[in-house]
Amino acid sequence: MYATLSSFAQTWGLGLFVTMFLVALAYALWPANRQMFDHAAQLPLIDKEPSDD
Amino acid sequence: MTANPITSRRASFSFSIASVCLLVGIVALGALFIAANAADPMMGAHAWIFFFLTTTGLLFTGFWAGTLKDRNPFEPAFYEDTIVKFGVAAAMFWGIAGFLVGLIIALQLTFPGVFYFPELGWTNFGRLRPLHTSAVIFAFGGNVLIATSFYVVQRTCRTRLAGGMWPWFVFWGFNLFIVIAGTGYLLGVTQSKEYAEPEWYADLWLTIVWVAYLIVFLGTLWKRKEPHIYVANWFYLSFIVTIAMLHIVNNLAVPVNLTGSKSYQLFAGVQDALTQWWYGHNAVGFFLTTGFLAIMYYFIPKRVNRPVYSYRLSIVHFWSLIFIYIWAGPHHLHYTALPQWAQTLGMVFSIMLWMPSWGGMINGVMTLSGAWDKLRTDPVVRMMIVALAFYGMSTFEGPLMSVRAVNSLSHYTEWGIAHVHSGSMGWVGFISFGALYCLTPWLWKRKALYSKALVEWHFWIATIGILFYIVAMYVAGITEGFMWRAYNEFGFLEYAFIETVKAKHIMYMIRALGGALYLTGALLMAYNLVRTALGHGEARDDEATPASLPVQSPTLQPAE
Amino acid sequence: MSLFNRHATLERHSLLLTVGILVVVAIGGLVEIAPLFYLENTIEKVQGMRPYTPLELKGRNIYIREGCYVCHSQMVRPLRDEVERYGHYSLAAESMYDHPFQWGSKRTGPDLARVGGKFSDSWQLDHLMDPRSVVPDSIMPPYAFLAKKTLKFEGIEDDLKTQRLIGVPYTDDMIANAKSDLIAQASPNADYDAEDALVARYEAASGRKGTLRISDYDQNPAEITEMDALIAYLQMTGTLVDFSTYEAGDLNNRR
Repeated sequence: MYATLSSFAQTWGLGLFVTMFLVALAYALWPANRQMFDHAAQLPLIDKEPSDD
Repeated sequence: MTANPITSRRASFSFSIASVCLLVGIVALGALFIAANAADPMMGAHAWIFFFLTTTGLLFTGFWAGTLKDRNPFEPAFYEDTIVKFGVAAAMFWGIAGFLVGLIIALQLTFPGVFYFPELGWTNFGRLRPLHTSAVIFAFGGNVLIATSFYVVQRTCRTRLAGGMWPWFVFWGFNLFIVIAGTGYLLGVTQSKEYAEPEWYADLWLTIVWVAYLIVFLGTLWKRKEPHIYVANWFYLSFIVTIAMLHIVNNLAVPVNLTGSKSYQLFAGVQDALTQWWYGHNAVGFFLTTGFLAIMYYFIPKRVNRPVYSYRLSIVHFWSLIFIYIWAGPHHLHYTALPQWAQTLGMVFSIMLWMPSWGGMINGVMTLSGAWDKLRTDPVVRMMIVALAFYGMSTFEGPLMSVRAVNSLSHYTEWGIAHVHSGSMGWVGFISFGALYCLTPWLWKRKALYSKALVEWHFWIATIGILFYIVAMYVAGITEGFMWRAYNEFGFLEYAFIETVKAKHIMYMIRALGGALYLTGALLMAYNLVRTALGHGEARDDEATPASLPVQSPTLQPAE
Repeated sequence: MSLFNRHATLERHSLLLTVGILVVVAIGGLVEIAPLFYLENTIEKVQGMRPYTPLELKGRNIYIREGCYVCHSQMVRPLRDEVERYGHYSLAAESMYDHPFQWGSKRTGPDLARVGGKFSDSWQLDHLMDPRSVVPDSIMPPYAFLAKKTLKFEGIEDDLKTQRLIGVPYTDDMIANAKSDLIAQASPNADYDAEDALVARYEAASGRKGTLRISDYDQNPAEITEMDALIAYLQMTGTLVDFSTYEAGDLNNRR
């Protein structure tokens, strides 16, 4: 069991990371998301009170 | 709306006050019980502190709630800013206390004949060093993070903090934890796990506070008026969630006695070591990095009035940073009795960590593109950008030090001290100072800081202080590292250990000077911020307060 | 109400984000830490390890209380200079009963993993009372106050019971006699039966002779002080394992 677990840690760790990185990259670069991100980037610059609409 | 709107409104805000009071009341009763039955004097002292402070809080809340009548103190039309003001003040106070203790322990190592007192064991280095590290990391850093997260999440979600009274519970509860932790170190209450020294009952209390913090933060996200959750909030959320996980696992311990302060860690030896450094490294990663990156992602764009350089990069930055960081802990245990595969895994992920770290740094710095002149004209912006430069430096150095061959030289030496201080004084300190300089005029509605010249002085004094500090410690660390492994012509070790201690004396003096400069800079900032809040100097505003703002009552009241 | 529906999805998003963060950060820790709990593969098989005696345990707790770990490591690395300076490199087995571990992270002072037996009790006492009286360039704080503090051990059985609960093999016998064992270890020539019983109990647990020392560590026969306990602990660190029978090259000891 120790051998299984430690070899899993040593090999699949990297595979897991690559997969996760690709998913995050795809999400970030997906063309349809562009507009949402452009809007989100402006959020800190908006000066509004909670009551404003 | 029900038939009686006033009753319904009062019920909604009374509930949060009553639920906080109920929880605090239960804790106060428990503290009284333990105080009466304490198994050791340290537990007795802490139980009385708990009892005294919780009952004070209850009495104060009771009187304050009595003055409310039908007025909702948590009016959703306005942001909750008073709590952020308290956070700014607490951060200033603890920061100066923590830097001062740091200076004292630096002097103890430099002039042991002067700064040690044989009959006052509680002033020894071993008890003061945890006081220093906890004061700067948790008390200063923690209050900065709580204050800025409460500010940022409200502004970017365009809604008032959720939970009514609960954010106040988080703020005061966290600061109560700090008091218990700090007095504990002086009394000799510690479980000896670095950066997780407080004993089991303080850990339990922090767990309650932290869960409340998570719920307040999530609750505010849930009622947001913006469809997207701004990336700074992702970083804050990862900080809150991960610290909860790390804190609980690393502090698993069995108390000897439910009315005593002593406990024994659940894990032993090698398992305890890896759990500790998994925690210790990620306290750096998720407390001192992601939390303060959140500050970067809000305050730099806000201050220079332009959006972050690349929002897409910030998303990749976020996920890769949090994924990689969590694996890197074993690099603290190179060449130890930890199995080598775990050491190697820690090293590989530490090296990979360089990339997301620099991605984040570049994203922050490039936000200034087109506004580079602000580096010259606005010392607050300069402070935050220099913070990023230090971040870049220590996140390059960190992967380097995680390589086993380099680590065999650097580990156990002052090089490690240099590394953490370039990260903490340079990155965490400067980005925090930047945020405090931004927040004070915004919160107290001043048109500017009391004195820009004082910010310049602070910037230069502190920068020179950091340079003195880290250069001295690099020299000391590399010197002692090589002296430890030096052999003479006959093949024997060249130096006795004490000779390597003696060799560092001058460097210790320069380090103490650097620390004194850094403390001086912080004192200038405190003076500047107090004068700003009072509306003196350049902060004086002749115009009346805008009509849309809530009228401030003359005395400070919670949740006003 | 459309706003209400949208609200619900937003809530789900932030929960999704929270769960995503938790999953991502939990993986690394689980994968790295979990295998280590298969103890037979993580910890070497050695001769000589035994639980701390009550006096040593009390001393260890003082070591922790005073924050000795912030300046002294207890982990000799397998590097030539360290092995020559401090002794055999540390094994995982040597800290298997350490709740918590004391490997440390900084050597402002020297490593203490094998300081046991290197100096006499009286050197340790003088050094702790006033470090600069024996090492003029030392920057260590003085611990004279420990010699004036009477050791409190009314609840020592509870300490041993708690340790047994988390896996340290204290026997019923050790727990029942904890107080007399503690007194005997710091009071040579006072009660020979108690001394013999103490030695028998802990050497049996250790499986070899010579792993237990009895001494008036603070040279003050009138009372048992915190100084007694601390020196008793220091004098036994790193002395338990029998390295004459340890095969570093054995495949079972490689990890």
